[in-house]
Amino acid sequence: MNTRRKVLAGLGVAAFGWAAWHSGSSLQQPAAPLAGVGGTRFPNVPLLTHEGREVRFYDDLVRGKVVAINMMYAQCSNSCPATTANLRLVQEMLGERAGRDVHLYSLTLQPELDSPERLREYVERHHIGPGWQFLTGARADIEQLRRALGFYDVDPVVDLNDLSHTGMLRIGNDALDRWTMAPSQTDAAQILSTINHVDSKVVHTAYRPHEAPAEQLAQA
Amino acid sequence: MAAAPLILAPSRSEAVVPPSPPTIAWQEFLPNEPALLYGSTLNPPPTEHANTVAGEAGRPAHQRWAEFGPQAEHYELHAAQREGWVFNPAYPPQPVWTFQAAVADLSVLSPVVHSHYGHPMICRIYNDLPANHTGFGTPEISTHLHNAHVGSESDGFAGDYYSATKAGPNLTAPGGFKDHLYSNIYAGYDELQNGIGDYREALGTLFYHDHTLDFTAPNIVRGLMGFFLLFDHLDSGNEKDPNPAALRLPSHPYDYPLSFCDRRFDPNGILYYDQVSPEGILGDKTIVNGKIQPVLRVARRKYRLRLLNGGPSRFYQFYLVRPNNVIQPFTYIANDGNLLEKPLLNQTNVRLGVAERADIVVDFSRYPVGTELYLANRLTHRPEDTRRPYQVVAPGDRVLKIVVDREPPEQDLSRVPSTLRPLPPLPTTAQLAALPVRRFLFERRQNMWAINGQFINLNVPRALVPMGAMEIWELYSVDDGWDHPVHIHFEEGRLLSKTTDGRNVVIPVHERGRKDVFNISDRTVLRVLMRFRDYKGKYVMHCHNLIHEDHAMMLRWDIV
Repeated sequence: MNTRRKVLAGLGVAAFGWAAWHSGSSLQQPAAPLAGVGGTRFPNVPLLTHEGREVRFYDDLVRGKVVAINMMYAQCSNSCPATTANLRLVQEMLGERAGRDVHLYSLTLQPELDSPERLREYVERHHIGPGWQFLTGARADIEQLRRALGFYDVDPVVDLNDLSHTGMLRIGNDALDRWTMAPSQTDAAQILSTINHVDSKVVHTAYRPHEAPAEQLAQA
Repeated sequence: MAAAPLILAPSRSEAVVPPSPPTIAWQEFLPNEPALLYGSTLNPPPTEHANTVAGEAGRPAHQRWAEFGPQAEHYELHAAQREGWVFNPAYPPQPVWTFQAAVADLSVLSPVVHSHYGHPMICRIYNDLPANHTGFGTPEISTHLHNAHVGSESDGFAGDYYSATKAGPNLTAPGGFKDHLYSNIYAGYDELQNGIGDYREALGTLFYHDHTLDFTAPNIVRGLMGFFLLFDHLDSGNEKDPNPAALRLPSHPYDYPLSFCDRRFDPNGILYYDQVSPEGILGDKTIVNGKIQPVLRVARRKYRLRLLNGGPSRFYQFYLVRPNNVIQPFTYIANDGNLLEKPLLNQTNVRLGVAERADIVVDFSRYPVGTELYLANRLTHRPEDTRRPYQVVAPGDRVLKIVVDREPPEQDLSRVPSTLRPLPPLPTTAQLAALPVRRFLFERRQNMWAINGQFINLNVPRALVPMGAMEIWELYSVDDGWDHPVHIHFEEGRLLSKTTDGRNVVIPVHERGRKDVFNISDRTVLRVLMRFRDYKGKYVMHCHNLIHEDHAMMLRWDIV
C-alpha cells in the first residue's frame, strides 16, 4: 500500500543536499486562525520550484494572482498521469495567458522523494511548457499547505493513502479572495471555464478556440 | 490496511472553526403576512430572442414563445446586495444578497412570488450584485426555479450564469438581466392538447435560487433564495373560492412559507463560509426566513405552513411542541411542493433533506390566545459532520417560536378536504418492465463526489432523452459515508421502489406522491419513474447538498 507512512520510512532515497535543505526548514506547527475570516489565508511557506528557485507560497505564487493548484507526485501511476495530461490541455487552451494571467502549480505529495531535479525530469518527460511550476518543500510545510488548500479527507485512513489523493484543482483569484475548484480530470474546457470565471479579465468563460484572445473581448 | 499514523492526520477533534457566538432567542418577529412580489412593467418589453443590445444575457430563444410569450404577465427581480441585515440582535447588521423587487421590502430577504397555472409569466431577473465583490460568493447569477416545467433557457442551467461583465460557458453574451419565461403549464401539455396540460402534475411550493456553476453554495449562503408558489383551479390560493372544485386550503396571508437554512457565524457574528473546506462547515445556527430564532405570531385559525430545507448541508426533522415539549399534531398535505392524494392526519414530524419541502396545515384554533408553541429540530448531525444526519434526539433545537396572539378578523372558511389532488395512474407492471432504465451511482471519488464515476462537465450531455419519453432512473449509492439528496430538474418523478441491501423497503406514505428530491444513503437503490415532456434542451441532475453540488456531483442531460 502506497501510504505516506511508507514514504516516510523510505526517506533514505532522497539526495543528501535535498535532505539537508529539508531539515533546515520550518517544522513549527501552523497557527490555526479561523480560515476565511478577513479573507482566505494561505500559509507563506518556503518552497522550491522544479527549476530550483526558492519561493514563498503566498508572496511569490499566489498574492494578487489567478491560480490553479493541484497535488501530484512523480511516482504516481494512478491518477496523476491522466491529470497531468489533462492539465496540459488546459495549459494549451490558456495559451499566452499561462504564466502571465493564470498561474498553474502542482504541489508534490511526496516531498521527500520529489526533489526539484526529479520534478524537472517530470516536467521534461511530460513536455510541460512555461507558466506551470512544480513545487516541493519540507514535509511539514507541504502538509500545512495541503490542509490550507482543502486537499484532505477528514477520514485519516483515506487521507493518508496517496493512491486516493485529491483530484481537485483549487482555482482562485487572490485579489478578489474568490476560491473554488474543478475536478482535475473533467473535460479541459470545463476546467478552463472555471478558471475564466474567476479571472476578471475574461468576459466569455467558454473555451472559444477560434476567436480573439479573452482580454481583447473584455475590452470590446 | 495497517493503522495509519495519526501524527499527520487531520482529526475531527481539531475544532478549527469555533461555534457561532451566542444569539438572543425570540426577540424578532417575522412579518404577519408574507411579503409578495407584484407585477411590473418591463422596459424594453421581453423578446423571443435575447435582447443583447439592450443588455440581456445571451440565452437561446424562448421555446413556445408564440404560445406563451405575448400574453405573459411581467415581473422583475433584482439580485442585489442588501446592507444592514440583522440575522439576530446579538449579531451586527451586515450585508446579504437577496432577490428583491425594484423597490425592496426591507423587512424580508426575498419576496414570495404568487403565480397561477394558465397565466404565463416572464420574470426579468436583473443582476445588480456588486461587480467588485470580494470574499465568498461570486457576483454572477443563474436563477433556477425549482422545479418548474420550463424550457431549459429559463431553467437556470448552471452554465447560464451572467452579469454585465461575465457570460457563463453556455451563454453567448454577458448581460445585466435575463428574461425567464415561466409558461405555467402542467406537464402533459402536448399529450393532452387541452391548452394547459395534466392538472395532476401541478406543482405548488417551488423556490427560486441561484444555481451558478461552482458557486451555488456560497451564493445561496449569501442569501440568493426565495419562494415561488403556483396555484390552479384546485389549489387556488383563495380559501373563499366559490368554485366547488376548489380545495379552499388556508390562503394568503395564512399560507406562510418558511425556509430553514444552516449557517455558521464567525466570532464577530458575521456570516462565515469556508471557500476551501472540502466538505463544508455545518451550520450551527438555523435561519428561518433569514432570522435566527424568530417569532411568528399567528391568529387562532388554520395556517398552511410551507417548510423548505434551504441547505447547504443540514437535514432536519421538525416537531411542533408546547413549552413542555409535548408534541402537537398537524396535517401533512404536500411533499416537495406537490399535494398528496389525501392529507395525512395527526402527523407528528416532518423530515427534510436539503431542498425538500413539506406543506403542513396547523389548526391554531385549538389553542387559546397567548399559547406559545415551538418548532423544534430533533435531528442531529455528528459534530461538524456534513456527511449525513445522525440521531433523532429530544427535545431538540427550537428554531421558531409561534405565538397565538389574536383572534382572526373573520371566520376561518378554509378547510382540508379528505382528497387533495389525484395522481396520474402508474403504468402497468408490464409497461414498466418495457421502459428504458438508466442507472446512476452517487459516490465519493478523489475527495469529491461523482456520478457514475464522472465529474461535472456542462459541455457534454451524459444522457439524451427523447422528448415525451418515459424512463426509469435508478439512483443508488454504495455505503461510503454520505447521504445525497438528489434533485432532477424539469419534471417530478415517482418513487417506484426503494431497496436497501437488496431488501425492499416500504416507501413512507408522504413520499408516495410526486417528488423532485430523492434522498439516497447506505446501500440503497431508488427506482424513479421519470417523464420528459413539452420542452427540449439541457437540464441537470445533481446532489442538492450544496457542497457536493459545487464539488462536481452534477451531470447534464438533454431532452432531444
